[in-house]
Amino acid sequence: MSGPELKEELAVATPAAPPGAATAVAAGPVPRARGRGEVLYFARRNRKLVAGLAVVAGFLVVAAVGPLLTDHGPNDYVGPPSQPPSADFWFGTTTFGQDVFAQFTHGLRSTFLVGVLGGGLAGLIGMLIGFTAGYRGGVVDEVLNMLTNVVLVIPTLAVLLIVAAYLRVRGVVPEAIFIGLTSWPWVARAVRAQTFSLRTRDFVDLARLSGAGGRAIIVREIAPNMSSYLLMSGILLFGGAVLLAATLDFIGLGPTSGISLGLMMNNAVLWSALQLGMWWWFVPPGLGITAIVGSLYIMNVGLDEVFNPKLRKL
Amino acid sequence: MRQYFQRKLGIYVLTFFVAVTIDWMIPRFMPGDPVQTMLSRASLRPEAAQSMQAYLNSVFGLDMPLWRQYLNFWGGLLRGDLGISVWLFPQPVTGVILRAVPYTLALLVPATLLSWWAGNKFGALAARRKWLDNTVLPLGYVLTATPYMWLAILLAWLFGSVTGWFPLSGGYSFSLAPAWSLEFAGSLFWHWFLPFLSLFLVAFGGWAIGMRNMVIYELEADYAHYLESLGAPRRLVRRYAFRNALLPQLTGLALQLGVLVAGALVTEIVFSYPGLGYLVLQAVNNQDFFLLQGVFLFIVIGVLAANFLIDIVYVVIDPRTRTGMRGDTA
Repeated sequence: MSGPELKEELAVATPAAPPGAATAVAAGPVPRARGRGEVLYFARRNRKLVAGLAVVAGFLVVAAVGPLLTDHGPNDYVGPPSQPPSADFWFGTTTFGQDVFAQFTHGLRSTFLVGVLGGGLAGLIGMLIGFTAGYRGGVVDEVLNMLTNVVLVIPTLAVLLIVAAYLRVRGVVPEAIFIGLTSWPWVARAVRAQTFSLRTRDFVDLARLSGAGGRAIIVREIAPNMSSYLLMSGILLFGGAVLLAATLDFIGLGPTSGISLGLMMNNAVLWSALQLGMWWWFVPPGLGITAIVGSLYIMNVGLDEVFNPKLRKL
Repeated sequence: MRQYFQRKLGIYVLTFFVAVTIDWMIPRFMPGDPVQTMLSRASLRPEAAQSMQAYLNSVFGLDMPLWRQYLNFWGGLLRGDLGISVWLFPQPVTGVILRAVPYTLALLVPATLLSWWAGNKFGALAARRKWLDNTVLPLGYVLTATPYMWLAILLAWLFGSVTGWFPLSGGYSFSLAPAWSLEFAGSLFWHWFLPFLSLFLVAFGGWAIGMRNMVIYELEADYAHYLESLGAPRRLVRRYAFRNALLPQLTGLALQLGVLVAGALVTEIVFSYPGLGYLVLQAVNNQDFFLLQGVFLFIVIGVLAANFLIDIVYVVIDPRTRTGMRGDTA
């Protein structure tokens, strides 16, 4: 595959993917000889990466510790209704006297769960299909490519809408699985394109000559050469899954028991928090999502600079 | 070029087929009995419940063999029959949706096109310009990470509730009846502005970042260096870079359509804007499965049609597709 064509194949990754990813790929496979120490050296000195990581880690701590600070569940009616933030209720209370802080911290847990599970599953499927299609080529590639294109065009949210509507009991885990099952195509396409360009390299031929099987070549020769790209795709998938789950929850198809950040916003809008000026109800959940996903994107730009020597600022 | 279109159309037809099949399969193969679920959860008047039961049984035709049900489903679909709405019983779903579609399109089309255009311009400007890069880039990342509904909520709260500059809900003032008058048009615009702005802003961030990165990548390309070494003015080089960077951005537009539609749906919900998003909310709250499935099909058809339009534009701006080369495999 020639230069410009490869570029467009890879640029496909940009949309779902607020970029950063595309430029890293453009630099081509990372030389394997480079030591781990060098990556760490640049990673620690990259302010974008460190700052993004710090924000995400901060929210992770809040999600882990926060629920332990309150002795009641997120949906318990524990306080006076519609109270602004106070010493007793740090984030105020809802119209029904639920503790917004408890809801927020429990919601953060669902957010991370959906991101890891949904994004992880999507990454696995995307890699499986992308590697297989790119390495095998021929009819297998044609079929898998067709499948990828079909899933790519179908609006994900619309499918999730009807699936979720027919589920009587909805939980965070099934939601994450459905998100994972539908949001893999752009990864598959990008991985396929890269595998295409890597499989004709000499070192792959050499591995084949030495009798290595297809799976071993993919795992040991091809995947390591795009590990930085895979890592960054994983981060973008995480962010995408979080946003998709929030959208679904906001429409009212979120978990039927329990809480999530999207569900908090749904409740706030449903019970006129906007008209009543109860900003403490709808600002934290959206802010949490924006901060986490935004930090992930900025982390990705940082990672890009770490992995791609051309972008490094010395 | 013919091959290009044949390939594209093939994928769209297949996609439509898959989507309709999903639409047909989900009520039948999900755990539980959908007819009973619908009836038990929809709070209907007794006579309505009775006729709904009879209607649902005949529509689902659950006693018939599966292949027969499937063919009947397609038959109804091709006749434009998507069932009867539970929420607005006994109006047909198709009519309910057709009344909502113009509102959604009025939000979605301008927001999409303008954000794409403005994002591209801004992103290209920001690339390799230090101070712009340092302001536009962080802002772009924050905007593109913002959930659509949250920005809509914030705008509605700040400009609708706190300051009272814009109306908080509806497609037009409740005191007006739809008419071809200046007053009504003004009211429409007034109610349209905030949802539009919210959609526009979130989408804008993504396009600006994408364009900025693509232009930087193009400026690194051999042709750009070659032009520079020939002494071509900087503006000319940047113009070439911009035009080349537009192609992946256009592919990106096609791929983002689903996300944009989802964004429009939740934005409409925040503003109670009478488009498809509002229907989805009502359908979910009223267990109106026919309406929900109808909206699903409309969204799929809309996204496929928009994809095809983008393919045509692609042929116009990318000469490689015209000469039979495959410029893009999407």
